[in-house]
Amino acid sequence: MYNKSLKQLSTSLQNKDISSVELSQYFLDRIKRYDGELNSVITLNEEAALQAAAQADKIIHAGNAGPLTGIPLLHKDIFCTEGLRTSCGSKMLDNFIAPYSATAVNKLTQAGTVMLGKTNMDEFAMGSSNETSFYGAVKNPWDLQTVPGGSSGGSAAAVAARLAPLASGTDTGGSIRQPAAFCGITGIKPTYGSVSRYGMIAFASSLDQAGAMAKSAEDAAYMLQAMSGFDEKDSTSVDRPVADLVSGLGDSIKGLTVGLPKEFFGAELDADMRDKVEAAVDTIKSAGASIKEISLPNINLSVPAYYVVAPAECSANLSRFDGVRFGHRCDSPKDLEDLYKRSRGEGFGDEVKRRIMMGAYVLSAGYYDAYYKKAQQVRRLIKQDFVNAFKEVDIIASATAPSVAFTAGDKTDDPVSMYLSDIFTIGVNLAGLPGMSVPCGYINKMPVGLQLIGNYYDESRLLNVAHQYQQLTDWHTHVPTGFEE
Amino acid sequence: MQWETVIGLEIHAQLATKSKIFSGASVAYGAEPNTQACAVDLGLPGTLPVLNEQAVRFAVKFGLAIDAHIAPYSVFARKNYFYPDLPKGYQTSQFDLPIVGLGEIDIIVDGETRTIGVTRAHLEEDAGKSLHEDYHGMTGVDLNRAGTPLLEIVSEPDMRSAAEAVAYVKTLHSLVQYLGICDGNMQEGSFRCDVNISMRPMGQEEFGTRAEIKNLNSFRFIEKAIAHEVERQIDLLESGHKIVQETRLYDSNKDETRSMRSKEEANDYRYFPDPDLLPVEITAELLEEMRADLPELPAAKKSRFQQQYKLSEYDASVLTVQRAQADYYEQAVEASNGEAKLVANWMMGELSAGLNKASLDITQSPVSAERLGSLVSRIADQTISGKIAKQVFELMWSSEDSADEIIEREGLKQISDTGALEKMIDQLMADNMAQVEQFRAGKTKMLGFFVGQLMKQTQGKANPQELNKLLQEKLKG
Repeated sequence: MYNKSLKQLSTSLQNKDISSVELSQYFLDRIKRYDGELNSVITLNEEAALQAAAQADKIIHAGNAGPLTGIPLLHKDIFCTEGLRTSCGSKMLDNFIAPYSATAVNKLTQAGTVMLGKTNMDEFAMGSSNETSFYGAVKNPWDLQTVPGGSSGGSAAAVAARLAPLASGTDTGGSIRQPAAFCGITGIKPTYGSVSRYGMIAFASSLDQAGAMAKSAEDAAYMLQAMSGFDEKDSTSVDRPVADLVSGLGDSIKGLTVGLPKEFFGAELDADMRDKVEAAVDTIKSAGASIKEISLPNINLSVPAYYVVAPAECSANLSRFDGVRFGHRCDSPKDLEDLYKRSRGEGFGDEVKRRIMMGAYVLSAGYYDAYYKKAQQVRRLIKQDFVNAFKEVDIIASATAPSVAFTAGDKTDDPVSMYLSDIFTIGVNLAGLPGMSVPCGYINKMPVGLQLIGNYYDESRLLNVAHQYQQLTDWHTHVPTGFEE
Repeated sequence: MQWETVIGLEIHAQLATKSKIFSGASVAYGAEPNTQACAVDLGLPGTLPVLNEQAVRFAVKFGLAIDAHIAPYSVFARKNYFYPDLPKGYQTSQFDLPIVGLGEIDIIVDGETRTIGVTRAHLEEDAGKSLHEDYHGMTGVDLNRAGTPLLEIVSEPDMRSAAEAVAYVKTLHSLVQYLGICDGNMQEGSFRCDVNISMRPMGQEEFGTRAEIKNLNSFRFIEKAIAHEVERQIDLLESGHKIVQETRLYDSNKDETRSMRSKEEANDYRYFPDPDLLPVEITAELLEEMRADLPELPAAKKSRFQQQYKLSEYDASVLTVQRAQADYYEQAVEASNGEAKLVANWMMGELSAGLNKASLDITQSPVSAERLGSLVSRIADQTISGKIAKQVFELMWSSEDSADEIIEREGLKQISDTGALEKMIDQLMADNMAQVEQFRAGKTKMLGFFVGQLMKQTQGKANPQELNKLLQEKLKG
């Protein structure tokens, strides 16, 4: 049951082989059984989930079911959920219950999904290993000593361990793709503006984008389609019809050109990783695609540019957490300054503080031009590199991360080395392009992710390339040892 | 030494939209605290701003009215600082790319016209209100005002006296109301003003160090605060001190300004473009559409009134300060069949006195323009005298009746019937021969006695011109 595809689950539900209540209970039981060691879920939503499932069963009985009706899922704890705590992985919001749900959550609820709970994450989505959460680190189900990646590490670990068929994620610099790679699942971040950011707690507004995490590209396509769409409550959401992401799955990819950026295959990519990615590209080639080397000349500037832009935006986005209206407030403040300093000092963890300070610094008088403005210029160059590349190729492929999942604690004292784990993913956010990660093998028994990058609004083709690859491989069906029962 | 005062102004005009600049919450004044603040206004996590289009249109309208450059592309920026009444920890404003660029506005001081430059006008959100009283050492926060749309209008340092500054503020105050983009209510804070003042030796080109006086909300306070600040700065300069660049507050109770914070304590606001909002693009089509839609502006209306109604400059400027006042005037003139001067006198006399006494606005006048116009027409066609008209006006004020109904009912119609008047004069002369003799002996002042007596007899209804003519004839014999 746990390894069935979304289509299979939907068929079982509609044939009434199983009810949504039973299916939801089944996955709730798996969470209870396995999550003690994984720590992928912060808040369980059992009672409300079973009610929602019963509701879904009625819809199924009435014959009005869609492909997602009655399907259980988990939401990253960055999405506001009306009536259920939304912590964003932070002590600051340990007591926060939003009076509204994120648009993406609402859309998935309207599609009939059943929310089982909220997944663990790096605090305020700042991290690449899920070690910065106030609720403790998440473990990688493939090896409990290693990290699941971040910041959507809880969602990735949960899907990998088959605690839910689907989970939502957000990706500001790789936060869907890198944990998907580390945990051997499929994750997609669509074009910036495709999924509304309303109700999704902001980290870096111009980079944040929600997406889908699932076992396969096909499952992710169903989920992403349901989440996407224009929202008048988000000024940066794009007003265009939602593309059909599903019916093109199965189209031939003959004649497709896959670009390999030479900058992503340089000396810093270790040989094993290169082998896996090249093997995956060969598989895609065997389906009729051609391969072309391309160049993204400014891509090496993406990490420094990102670590100016993202902290700058976060420094302002996180100012609202001041202990005045909601969230953590220190005990008996003696004056206003004390209230601010202690509420924020106690409520935020180290990584969040580090980024707020970096952000305030790069925006301050006398430094703005040298940092923020320069970074924005670099950002335009990087975007232009991609625009040029997509004149020659349809899809770009690379490794998702420079390594497989690393051992917990390895990089916590070295922020720069931690930041470099997003070296292949960050450029995509700076350019606002869609990108995804699909499993493509193992190094030392740990999953490797293949990153595929599409042109703007070309998610349909992107997902189909991944789907075609998954028709020829079975990495995405593997379940980590110990979670098969 | 002779000092020259240099003044620049920043005016915050609250835009007369129904909802806030970035949320759907109402902006109506006077609601219970925190009842008009939605999730966006409270800065709850995950909420996002959506720009109110009406606010943009209002800003463009203002720009067109002062002949300013309207930016085809303007950008909202975040101004970062912490304060409990600033929910997001930043104010969404405009910084290096404001919607309205350089423009200008004419003011008149002592009959002379001066042109004052407007550097820029930008859109921004207001903060909430911190309430320090009644909370026993704590502070209450009311976020009803948070997110209210403001247009901040920044002038060039072009003014040289308190009188010019006040004239500039009054001109803008009138303009924004004409445009219908601000209700101009200074008591409720819809129109408030920061004044930058510096002094320099007469003839020197370089500006002196300035002090800024914040949040002045009446013309009188602006005038007094400037007068006080000029005196303070001259005293300092002449006693060899330097002016410190700082922000000061004007205390209207003590009539003094005092320091709020100096430049050293000023915040670094770390402005940067707001990534939650798209740049505002103003198309040429929208500009054309709005230009065509622009109402007649105060200056144009004033000169038209002078020409069309043959009014003095003073009368024309008083009548055109408020658009509602000017509209009232034109309606009343029409109802009076063109008695332009007489209507002007009545509006600036009886009507204005009545409204002031009752603390009413022209739009709330118990006597409508049509009713005043018909009253004036009855003076013009000599149905009643001006004196009787005041009586009629009072009755109109407290009733719905028309001037004609009141004149008829109260029997106030003027007696212009020469036969009747002659008879009364003859009788009066017969009864007062001594006075007739005095008149004829050269004491022409006695005419007044006879006019008075006859007016008394007719309860003021005798047609004064007719009466005078007949009396003169008969008394001379």
